[in-house]
Amino acid sequence: MAQIFHRSTNTFSRATIFGAIFFVGFVLWLIGGIVRSPYFTNQGIERVQPVPFSHQHHVAGLGIDCRYCHTSVETSSFAGIPPTQTCMNCHAQIWTNADMLAPVRASFANNKPIVWSRVHRLPDFVHFNHSIHISKGIGCASCHGRIDKMALTYQASPLTMSWCLECHRAPEKFVRPRDQVFNMSYVAKDQDVLGPRLVKEYKIKSMIACSTCHY
Amino acid sequence: MSESKTLDFSEFRKRVGDLRGKEYWRSLEELARDEDSFDEFFHQEFPQQAASLDKGVDRRDFMKLMGASVAMAGLAACQQPAETIVPYVRQPENTIPGQPIFFATAMTLGGYASGILAESHLGRPTKIEGNPDHPSSLGATNAFMQASVLGLYDPDRSQVVRHIGDVATWSDFIAALQPVLKNPAGIRLLTQTITSPSLGDQLTKVMAALPGMKWHQWEPVNRDNVREGAKLAFGSYVHPVYHFDKANVVVSLGSDFMGSGPGHLRYARDFMSRRRVRKGVTSMNRLYAFESMPTSTGTSADHRWPVKPSQMESYARAIAAALGVGQAPSPVINADAIARDLKANAGASIVIAGDEQPPIVHAIAHAINQALGNHGTTITLTESPEVAPVNQLESLRELVTDMNAGKVQALIMIGGNPVFDAPADFKFGEAFQKVPFRAHLSPYYDETSELVHWHIPETHYLETWGDGRAHDGTVAIQQPLIAPLYNGRHASEVFGALLGGLDQSPYDVVKSYWFSKGFNDTTWRKALHDGVIANSAMPASTASATAPTTQQPNNPTTGLEFEIKHDPTIYDGRFANNGWLQELPKPQTKITWDNVVIVSPKTAEAQRIAPGDDLVNERTTRLAEVTYRGRKMTLPVWVVPGQPDNVLTIFFGYGRKRAGKIANGAGFNTYALRDSDALHSATGVQISGSEETYRIACTQEHQSLNVKDTGGERGIIRSASFAEYQKDPEFAAKAETEHGDESMWPAYKYEGNAWGMVIDTTVCTGCNGCVIACQSENNISIVGKEEVVREREMHWLRIDRYYRGPVENPEVYSQPVPCMQCENAPCEPVCPVGATSHSSEGLNDMTYNRCVGTRYCSNNCPYKVRRFNFFHYADYDTPALKPMRNPDVTVRTRGVMEKCTYCVQRVNAARMTAEKEDRPVRDGEVTTACAQACPTEAIVFGNINDVNSRVHQLKLEPTNYGLLEELNTKPRTTYLAAIRNPNPEIKA
Repeated sequence: MAQIFHRSTNTFSRATIFGAIFFVGFVLWLIGGIVRSPYFTNQGIERVQPVPFSHQHHVAGLGIDCRYCHTSVETSSFAGIPPTQTCMNCHAQIWTNADMLAPVRASFANNKPIVWSRVHRLPDFVHFNHSIHISKGIGCASCHGRIDKMALTYQASPLTMSWCLECHRAPEKFVRPRDQVFNMSYVAKDQDVLGPRLVKEYKIKSMIACSTCHY
Repeated sequence: MSESKTLDFSEFRKRVGDLRGKEYWRSLEELARDEDSFDEFFHQEFPQQAASLDKGVDRRDFMKLMGASVAMAGLAACQQPAETIVPYVRQPENTIPGQPIFFATAMTLGGYASGILAESHLGRPTKIEGNPDHPSSLGATNAFMQASVLGLYDPDRSQVVRHIGDVATWSDFIAALQPVLKNPAGIRLLTQTITSPSLGDQLTKVMAALPGMKWHQWEPVNRDNVREGAKLAFGSYVHPVYHFDKANVVVSLGSDFMGSGPGHLRYARDFMSRRRVRKGVTSMNRLYAFESMPTSTGTSADHRWPVKPSQMESYARAIAAALGVGQAPSPVINADAIARDLKANAGASIVIAGDEQPPIVHAIAHAINQALGNHGTTITLTESPEVAPVNQLESLRELVTDMNAGKVQALIMIGGNPVFDAPADFKFGEAFQKVPFRAHLSPYYDETSELVHWHIPETHYLETWGDGRAHDGTVAIQQPLIAPLYNGRHASEVFGALLGGLDQSPYDVVKSYWFSKGFNDTTWRKALHDGVIANSAMPASTASATAPTTQQPNNPTTGLEFEIKHDPTIYDGRFANNGWLQELPKPQTKITWDNVVIVSPKTAEAQRIAPGDDLVNERTTRLAEVTYRGRKMTLPVWVVPGQPDNVLTIFFGYGRKRAGKIANGAGFNTYALRDSDALHSATGVQISGSEETYRIACTQEHQSLNVKDTGGERGIIRSASFAEYQKDPEFAAKAETEHGDESMWPAYKYEGNAWGMVIDTTVCTGCNGCVIACQSENNISIVGKEEVVREREMHWLRIDRYYRGPVENPEVYSQPVPCMQCENAPCEPVCPVGATSHSSEGLNDMTYNRCVGTRYCSNNCPYKVRRFNFFHYADYDTPALKPMRNPDVTVRTRGVMEKCTYCVQRVNAARMTAEKEDRPVRDGEVTTACAQACPTEAIVFGNINDVNSRVHQLKLEPTNYGLLEELNTKPRTTYLAAIRNPNPEIKA
């Protein structure tokens, strides 16, 4: 019986079979890329807030320390979002009639909290503690980026697990002296020497057990 | 019932007899199982569960399931939802978001308060711990206290004032009350037991303001017999407070002093403080227990005798006679030996009668203690801590009589549920419908509420101010953790309404009372902070007991009788809507979600009510008809080894009709069998079997370890008498067979912390406090009766029960089994996705978000401590339950394996605190929820690398052994062998 298909169709079928492998690979790569993209991680997306609060103005412009507002960053897992009272400490005196601050005054007058859009969100199965990172010499800017340059706050880092592990596996690359933790513009001159020294001095361990964060 | 179908109990006895002296058995079912199915049973993970898909899945169900899966897959592709973040407007002082705050408060049960430290996360109470400064708690908690936090958020609680079922307001009630107050002589007040000094003061004012009003008290679980027994012996309602830490010998006459009643947590701690057998300990206390149905106390005893309720008096008299107190009609075996032991420890012994025992037994116990000189040494006699101790049964009887006579114009009920729980012969429901004005303050719109004119929702103790006395009279201030969730009112507000002082809040009432007693702001704040008012215990009085002169009536010793008592997990029914307590396996029977009639094996055989051969498993039983005074009730039969023959034990509290979604329809209402002249036990009862079957959710045969494979001398339970221990302290370790230390994997090194646990099986009473503590701390879901039947209960910590010896009266051992955190964990290498892994501190981590639900780990776990979330058990939707959960622990979803983590959230928190302070974690700084709750401190947790830690020291004890150590799993959780101290004079 004569062949139904010409021999050249073999090439076609080979190409299809191998092509399928590449295609599957491509699709997986695509999915992997998408879930790591800002579309999923929310990295770099500025949030619309009820009051267009500018860290750039308050931190770089006025030189207010992080801890003036984020009071529990050194003591608790949660850094703390300032109560309206904290805003009013200053804004009872300055910019008292600014339209932009109307929601703050309304909140204080009516005893209704301001509802902010959350910028940094971890899934419920991840437990992050600010205080221990501060205590071990991890700077705010290491994770939050140059907050002092953000007119509207956005998430500077992807907050993916692989990103966390970059530091948890090699803390010496990121640790800084404790007195520089709140310094936004700190740049280490010789991290290669300083890092290992600080890791030893601060008794930093590479915490990569699952239960460090997941429980 | 045909002969072939009844269980052959003589066969059981033979099998137990065949076992070597040390062998242990788990259940009658195990004894009944034949050899082949026996092995198969233990080698399967869910041996009884194969039935669930027996029917197969039809096409329609299959499409439904597949449809749901596709829908889920679609959802998973969504982006993370946008979240908001809401700060305070003015942040309260000392509030640190992310850090819990603990407040001292108190929970009252049966009138008596137990001190609590309640954990608050941003104003939401999430967990209950015991207050170490409170004399009734000493830091321990029981299941009721632990589960009360679920009771607070229960969405089924009553949320609105109702007038004849319709929504009304508090001011409507006040208005309706005004005409009633014009005729005070027609008013009756019905409360539960009250020890609260401030409420007592308010009540005095109410009585003065409303002359002629009468105050009645009723609680179905009351202490009338304790009071009447004291009156019989001392002439007044003297209140005995026991000091078990000073007693060398204790005789319990039907008393479950470690399991229920005022101060039982303290009593358990004190009693067990004399049973910590460690190196160098040369003495141990001894407990003789006479009781009917086995209890936590009796099963912890060195000698236990099953006694019919009607015979308790003879035993009491026999012991008394042997000590020269009165005369006994018939000598009881062993009475002389017990008497000699008591005499040798005069002044250092306790004879205690149970709350359910008739007054005469109490009187005899008092007389014996008097003769032994125990009063003033091991027993302190005080005035009653209650505001007005009365005979509550008589008090209720008087009320019912008045109601029937038409003398009552208004009945105001403060808490309680008398329509459901009053003695059946009082016909309370009928009598009280003759009252023209009925009001009821109650946390639920319950059986009583639906028949009243005015129903007022009652606040939970975590929502309101109050105070209460401990078992020794020490006052604790109850401070609220949260504003009333459901518009509830406190008793003091109703009393305030009666007084016309409407603007007095419960806070004002409590504070003004104590300020009138000489408190100032400083002392008040200290009392709130400490949770107790220092030196407020009742002063000791010097009453003297006289031996009862009456002769014992001639009780028939044959025939069936029954014992009726409160349920061990849902109490008198008030906790029936608490899912945690419903699903908590009851001590001894391990039944959940139901009540049964408990009989001894011999009685089951004699009455021909035993489950048939085809039904010998702990899932299904037969229904039997109990007949008492012409009343018939159908109840499932349950055979319990150690139950006295010819005694039917029945728990009340089940069969609620109007309690909420959880409680309605669960179990049977046995209050119908409880008459005023037989509140605790009665003779003249019949039982007849039937062919009808009934499904029971009993957890005893779930997650069974194979006693046969590893039983005997190197068993799961290892025990010895104190004398044997002294001869050979190494008995438990010696039993270990040699096993290799080889492993395919390189050994882990643990520098720094290495967490470990030791559980002392000598002092574990199997009380279940730890199980609920674990459930509360770790957001563990309940699954419902049907799922428990399929062995899918989620408790991370289970308490295994083992028997040893004859079916008629076996020794009972309780063994809490959490995850062993093996160093060579069999679960870890089999996980295909690395969801369970080893931490640097030796924990077997379980990463829920990584788990795909293959269940290989659970299949490979020899301890069967892993729990798989088959369905979406956690309630994600009910808004009321969301604030209850521990924010530090993930709420697991469907398809995920979960297990005990040694409360890793606590460990991490403690480690971070220590590292911030640049110091090691101190011993005792971190403990697991189970260890913290344990009344007897049976569970000890700590760092085994710290040579000074308690857990390290305990691991060096010769009695320390690991479970299934021969598998070379190197468990981090180990056990101390059970040591009992039987009297050598008494032959078992």
